[in-house]
Amino acid sequence: MYAQLVKTDAARLRTLDEMDPQERAFQERIDAGEKIEPKEWMPEGYRKTLVRQISQHAHSEIVGQLPEGNWITRAPTLERKAILLAKVQDEAGHGLYLYCAAETLGISRDEMYAQLHSGKAKYSSIFNYPTLSWADIGAIGWLVDGAAIMNQVPLQRCSYGPYARAMVRICKEESFHQRQGFHIMSVLAKGSDAQKAMAQDALDRWWWPSLMMFGPSDDASVHSAQSMAWNIKQDSNDALRQKFVDQTVPQARFLGLTVPDPDLAWNEEKGGFDFGQPDWDEFYAVIAGNGPCNRERLQARKDAWDEGAWFREGLSAHARKKADRRMAQAA
Amino acid sequence: MAGHAVQTAPLVELALRMGDNCLILGHRNSEWCGHSPALEEDIALANMALDLIGQTQLWLGLAAEAEGRGRSADDLAYLRDVPAFRNLLLVEQPNGDFGRTIMRQFLFDSWHLPMLRALQGASDERVAEIAEKASKEVAYHLERSGDLVIRLGDGTEESHRRMQAALDLLWSYAGEMFAGDARDAEIAAAGLAPEPDSLRPVWRSHVEAVLAEATLAVPQNDYAQKGGKSGRHSEHLGFILAEMQFLQRAYPGAAW
Ligand SMILES: [Fe+2]
Ligand SMILES: [Fe+2]
Repeated sequence: MYAQLVKTDAARLRTLDEMDPQERAFQERIDAGEKIEPKEWMPEGYRKTLVRQISQHAHSEIVGQLPEGNWITRAPTLERKAILLAKVQDEAGHGLYLYCAAETLGISRDEMYAQLHSGKAKYSSIFNYPTLSWADIGAIGWLVDGAAIMNQVPLQRCSYGPYARAMVRICKEESFHQRQGFHIMSVLAKGSDAQKAMAQDALDRWWWPSLMMFGPSDDASVHSAQSMAWNIKQDSNDALRQKFVDQTVPQARFLGLTVPDPDLAWNEEKGGFDFGQPDWDEFYAVIAGNGPCNRERLQARKDAWDEGAWFREGLSAHARKKADRRMAQAA
Repeated sequence: MAGHAVQTAPLVELALRMGDNCLILGHRNSEWCGHSPALEEDIALANMALDLIGQTQLWLGLAAEAEGRGRSADDLAYLRDVPAFRNLLLVEQPNGDFGRTIMRQFLFDSWHLPMLRALQGASDERVAEIAEKASKEVAYHLERSGDLVIRLGDGTEESHRRMQAALDLLWSYAGEMFAGDARDAEIAAAGLAPEPDSLRPVWRSHVEAVLAEATLAVPQNDYAQKGGKSGRHSEHLGFILAEMQFLQRAYPGAAW
């Protein structure tokens, strides 16, 4: 998913009896499934955690434009080019909805950008891997958007109103993203030997990073427990990962592709697949900034921001001039 | 397939000229994806590129159908070499800074919209239909690019300087839009499109009005760089095609 390892500042989960009346009333509203709206009282921890989570999600959407944007100019047909353009445009739109949702919590988009550029705010580890072939565009839609859907669908019912509503809009588009990716893969899997090899190579490279998107096991994490109590997280990382594997493995088999996991086996008893663990050392290395593309991705965002400063300043200056002229006319 | 090897019919030539402009400008705009100065601009540029690629599919689809040689729109986009491309030199010019990209778009849109409006009266119904659909999209492109030229021209000292520099650089590529050649004369004679020169007054008055509001000076040098429409391009187009056509060239005949 696009928000991994979100900290809550909670040392431990408190019971209703331990809360002061205001916080208790807040928690009871959440327990009753009510939505919290921007102007309403909320605990500082809830606000801060949501800012972290939503901004991480927003940053992921905009950094996520880069690996796919890479292939727009090289898309193999006009139809594929148009579909990919539409998809990447959607992702930028998702970023916009999410920044707006986070802004309702009292942080500006510029502040969030500053946190991204300084490395203080994270984005999903998945976007630090390179897109080396056209099949990677298929794999991203199929696997990465597929994994994103897993936790975004339940987030449509999360407790914070603006976040939940942003998710409703986003989810409508994500299933189209997943389908176009799967379709690219299915055409390649039915294509020439070179195309089949391209598809298999993409699956080999994207499989484990996709499983890492759900984050390490959080069954013992107080942060996850707190987020769940607040209803801004609904399922454990392991549960989502299991769901993703169970959904995706049959699709890979349908495509005639091999999932690169020797431990993968159907477990009749649990009614799901047993599977191996991703290399968590690699995950932490990528999170710490040492993935194959971390530097390029962040630099590309910083360059876009710095080189665009004159543009943004120009627009603001014009808006000020216009307002001044209007004032002068009115006077 | 080279420019003069086969003389294309006027309808094919017109569709190629329109379609290639859309394809190459759409390509240039899509290069910004994820790198533009503001999230809203990423979205707007992708949207414009998407419109232009959609229009490419229509125009090149018409060119393919009208030439009747069994080629598809994709064949035309991905399997022609530089001399067979019919786009204006303007649209293949590199993006430069964001100001140059916006200025290129504005100069082109200011021609594109009146051209499409004129094409709605074409003697061929398919041309008129494509033009009608495209002109709705392009009206919005022009509104947007003109608005940005005004705001940036009349913004800060730096944004003004950059927009003036972009205008001075691109001005010499504007003239090609109005310089008719023998093929244009045939296209006009077939009732498909107006003589290019006839669009100059409406272009000029719109551009001058916007530049005046933007506090930008109309360049004095009216020398026009020409050649794109007849297949003589700048050095840039070859690199665009090398990138765009890579997969089709590396895996001939594959389906995607
Ligand atoms: Fe998204
Ligand atoms: Fe997506």
